[in-house]
Amino acid sequence: MIAVVDYEAGNVRSVLNALRRCGAEDVVLTAREDLLRAADKVILPGVGDASVALESLRESGLDRVILSLERPVLGICVGMQILCERTEEGNAEGLGVFRTAVQRFRPSGDLKIPHMGWNTLTTLRPPLFAGLEEGTYVYYVHSYYAGICPDTIAETSHGVSFSAALCRDRFFGTQFHPEKSGSAGERILQNFLAL
Amino acid sequence: MVAKRIIPCLDVRDGKTVKGVHFLGLREVGDAVGLGAKYAREGADELVYLDISATLEGRRTFTQLVSEISARIDIPFTVGGGISSLADAARLLEAGADKVSVNSAAIRTPGLIDEIASHFGNQFVVVAIDARMVGDRWMATTHGGSRPTDRELFTWAREAQERGAGEILFTSMDHDGTKKGYPVRTFARLCDSLTIPVIASGGAGSIDDIAEVLTEGKADAALAASIFHYGEIPIPVLKAALAERGIPVRL
Repeated sequence: MIAVVDYEAGNVRSVLNALRRCGAEDVVLTAREDLLRAADKVILPGVGDASVALESLRESGLDRVILSLERPVLGICVGMQILCERTEEGNAEGLGVFRTAVQRFRPSGDLKIPHMGWNTLTTLRPPLFAGLEEGTYVYYVHSYYAGICPDTIAETSHGVSFSAALCRDRFFGTQFHPEKSGSAGERILQNFLAL
Repeated sequence: MVAKRIIPCLDVRDGKTVKGVHFLGLREVGDAVGLGAKYAREGADELVYLDISATLEGRRTFTQLVSEISARIDIPFTVGGGISSLADAARLLEAGADKVSVNSAAIRTPGLIDEIASHFGNQFVVVAIDARMVGDRWMATTHGGSRPTDRELFTWAREAQERGAGEILFTSMDHDGTKKGYPVRTFARLCDSLTIPVIASGGAGSIDDIAEVLTEGKADAALAASIFHYGEIPIPVLKAALAERGIPVRL
């Protein structure tokens, strides 16, 4: 079973649909601790304000559940950001898995904010990116980014280089949206599901 | 570097894709989900679906269609047409849309932009502006270009950005459907005056037109309909030609 954490974090429909397109048959959207613990993989989605998402997780106690899961966890976009140490968005303390902080892109020159659209992945590390080439395009929509750190497993550049993806122990995170990244995104999700 | 995006636009009426010249003389071109999936396979970077149904039944069909699109399509898609409340936006989000585009309703009630953005994030709100030259000024229009407004393009776009729009989709009603190219200098000025991405729409007739609006016009994305629907410029051909000119595109 694949569990997608249900904590009112925006559009989860596309994540559920993408998992089904990847061939995952048993996908549940849930906030139940027993189901999250029983799941083979857990996906933490997230769209919108990271500080609001964090508050929602803490209020429901899901923050502690997520941190104590023993199976692989994948945070997507804001779901990745809240696993970092802290975020400039709403000046909130993160869950502290990934050893980096999240900050806002600073306006400079022609830089567009939000960073929206397809951009390339570089310095890829397995297992999440097995079978993918340097320079693969994935889809982004965000105004905040996680800095490069020892947990960085892929980088992208938009004015600055930032963590396209992070990994520490059983926790993974992608700043981009694999569920919206065409066949490359599907491969990344399949790599995660195969862990 | 973020790639310049190529976005086919599908006008949908009662579940079928249509496209007209100057918004008149609509002609049916095909099944909306199937056509979108084909474009996604061919390398489209995003899709836009505009509901031009005039009836309540048509709107219901469209929401159902959005669910089907979300299940089938693995690239982002925006939906627009007749969105006039937070509830409309919420219904389409729930059905799986990645973004909604608001046009006439945002001009009528600008606070709608703030409202949708604060509930669902800036990335969810595309503000579409249909404008035409009136004297020497670009003025926004509504209802498919048929009604003039007192909103000037550049100030309205700035206001939309400040209210929380994540992108601006600008269509020149003087160029739409003509295949004579985009008003490139107007696009460059618009892009320079905003920090959010600008999608260029209306007027593409050739690869040169699209290359021009993405370079001199500084647009972040180009949206077109008929050149794709009628197979005049296949997406892989377009993207290869843009890449050859040194324009960053996802191949």
